[in-house]
Amino acid sequence: MTEPALVLEEVSLVHGDGDESITALDHVDLAVAPGEVVAIVGPSGAGKSSLLAVAGALIAPTSGAVTLGGTALAGLNRARLTELRRTRIGFVFQTSNLIPALTAIDQLRLPLTFGKAEAPRDPQELLEAVGMAHKAKRRPDQLSGGERQRIGIARALVTRPSVLLVDEPTAALDRQRSQDVVALLARETRAHGVATIMVTHDHDVLHHCDRVHEMIDGKLGVPAPR
Amino acid sequence: MFLALREIAFARGRFALMGSVVALIAILMVLLSGLSVGLVNDGVSGLQRMSATSFAFQKDVSKDAAFSRSLIDREAVDVWARQDGVEEAAPFGNALVNGKTDHDVAIDLALFGIELDSFLAPRVAEGAGLSGAPDEVVLSATAAEEGVKVGDVITVEQTGAQLRVVGVLADQHTFGHVDVGYLPLRTWQEIRAGVREGDQVPDRVYREITAVAVLGEDVDLAAGDKAAGTTSMTTKQSYGASPGYTAETSTLQLIQVFLYAISALVVGAFFTVLTIQRRPEISVMRAMGAKTAYLVRDSIVQSLILLALAAAVGVGIGLALGAVIGSTPMPFALEAGPIAVATAFLVALGLVGATVAVVRIVRVDPLTALGGNR
Ligand SMILES: Nc1ncnc2c1ncn2[C@@H]1O[C@H](COP(=O)(O)OP(=O)(O)OP(=O)(O)O)[C@@H](O)[C@H]1O
Ligand SMILES: [Mg+2]
Repeated sequence: MTEPALVLEEVSLVHGDGDESITALDHVDLAVAPGEVVAIVGPSGAGKSSLLAVAGALIAPTSGAVTLGGTALAGLNRARLTELRRTRIGFVFQTSNLIPALTAIDQLRLPLTFGKAEAPRDPQELLEAVGMAHKAKRRPDQLSGGERQRIGIARALVTRPSVLLVDEPTAALDRQRSQDVVALLARETRAHGVATIMVTHDHDVLHHCDRVHEMIDGKLGVPAPR
Repeated sequence: MFLALREIAFARGRFALMGSVVALIAILMVLLSGLSVGLVNDGVSGLQRMSATSFAFQKDVSKDAAFSRSLIDREAVDVWARQDGVEEAAPFGNALVNGKTDHDVAIDLALFGIELDSFLAPRVAEGAGLSGAPDEVVLSATAAEEGVKVGDVITVEQTGAQLRVVGVLADQHTFGHVDVGYLPLRTWQEIRAGVREGDQVPDRVYREITAVAVLGEDVDLAAGDKAAGTTSMTTKQSYGASPGYTAETSTLQLIQVFLYAISALVVGAFFTVLTIQRRPEISVMRAMGAKTAYLVRDSIVQSLILLALAAAVGVGIGLALGAVIGSTPMPFALEAGPIAVATAFLVALGLVGATVAVVRIVRVDPLTALGGNR
């Protein structure tokens, strides 16, 4: 196995303090290699989104270590973390969360305006890769949920991140579109050597993934063979 | 710029609405500026166009009504004439009267009593100057707007004195919003004292003047005041002593300050609402690695575009309206300087409002982007 792009070691996350405290992540260990799709399933409130937030440098763990492409996140300042998110991490959100004012092609150009990217992918080609080139000039309100999600995926990939974090990408989609979107994610992950973690409730899409972990009460289970 | 322009194009309805508000404020600013300058002209152009550098009034006269309250003996003129740096000193009389012409036109006048051989003697543009006859008067150019012309005879209501209009001055000469009429000092003294035709005139009447008008660059006013027993004001300071001047200019300034504040608050409120509505997308962009500076800059560019365009349109409309108003007898005059300053203030304070609003909101937690369940 190649060097993992993302490593979580003994990561715990506690929200609040004292009696009110909630343990969202409980000593989680996880390593994801480039080109690998790891699925996380589990009941609501299990800590799946928390896992993505910690892995994506949005929130610092209470304890444990997160290492991204050999760089330990602990001790990095806010500016460095923002920089890491911009250059190394791609997020795909549950409801795609596109910018209402931008056309499909501009959604892909936007992340490239945040700062210099090392080897950005060409927005037009990427739009073709996700099968949306014919709707490049459409705004989000003129697109279907599946189309929006494809653009959301393309947007996350445009800066050529090493890690892709995907939170319930199919929650708003029907069966067929869910299959298409997850297939697209898996294809892009493998073609471009991205390390992908996908949180999902949808058991029908798990066959696209390399490993499936179940999460319960903040604890990550051993991978179930698929 | 990438996002700023696209957001404006997308929310063009809202930006247009906001832009019209700013444009209306800009129109108001231009009109107010015109009114300020116009009122200043109307209030003190008669003084501005005199060559006197300072006036010596009665000792300790109230500063804001010196021209109407002051009464001194003309011997002070000689004392002042002897002061260092004084080129010339001349007696000056000032009185507001109501008059009526032989064509039954009512006209209020600020009578300026002067000696014909002094530096205060006016230069006429039309008709003749004062020749020495006691019943002659020379009027401001603006008197024509009231319907008074050379050859008319004005009867002063207070005393029944009759004044022949022999000449008209080149420009607007007004004082306290009424037209200035220059007349011989002796005639002024009689009118001021309320002397009627046939009355016995006491000698002291011909010694009374309002102030000493002084001409000279480096005059020690305090020393002169001490010697002559007077209280001096430079001509600029004396504007405040003309009727209503201070009250009018400070009221208008207050209105202008309020307008700036309103514009800053309105623009700030607009960007607050706009940015709050954009919260979800802002948190997404922050999660994607956009710096706070990027997001703030984006909003500032938007507000700058909005303010600059709206102010330009507003000032344009204001100038057009002002040109129309300027052709009426309203006290109104457009000057580039005050308008440019006011516009700069409007834009700058609007920017401050927008920035304060945006900086506060842009700090939204990028975490909220994850998961619809939060
Ligand atoms: N900001 C927060 N403050 C306090 N508690 C929080 C916060 N965010 C999450 N939690 C709690 O942490 C636990 C894990 O939340 P998380 O969102 O990670 O669950 P999840 O597995 O993503 O659930 P879902 O499937 O519903 O999205 C929950 O009990 C939740 O209430
Ligand atoms: Mg979740």
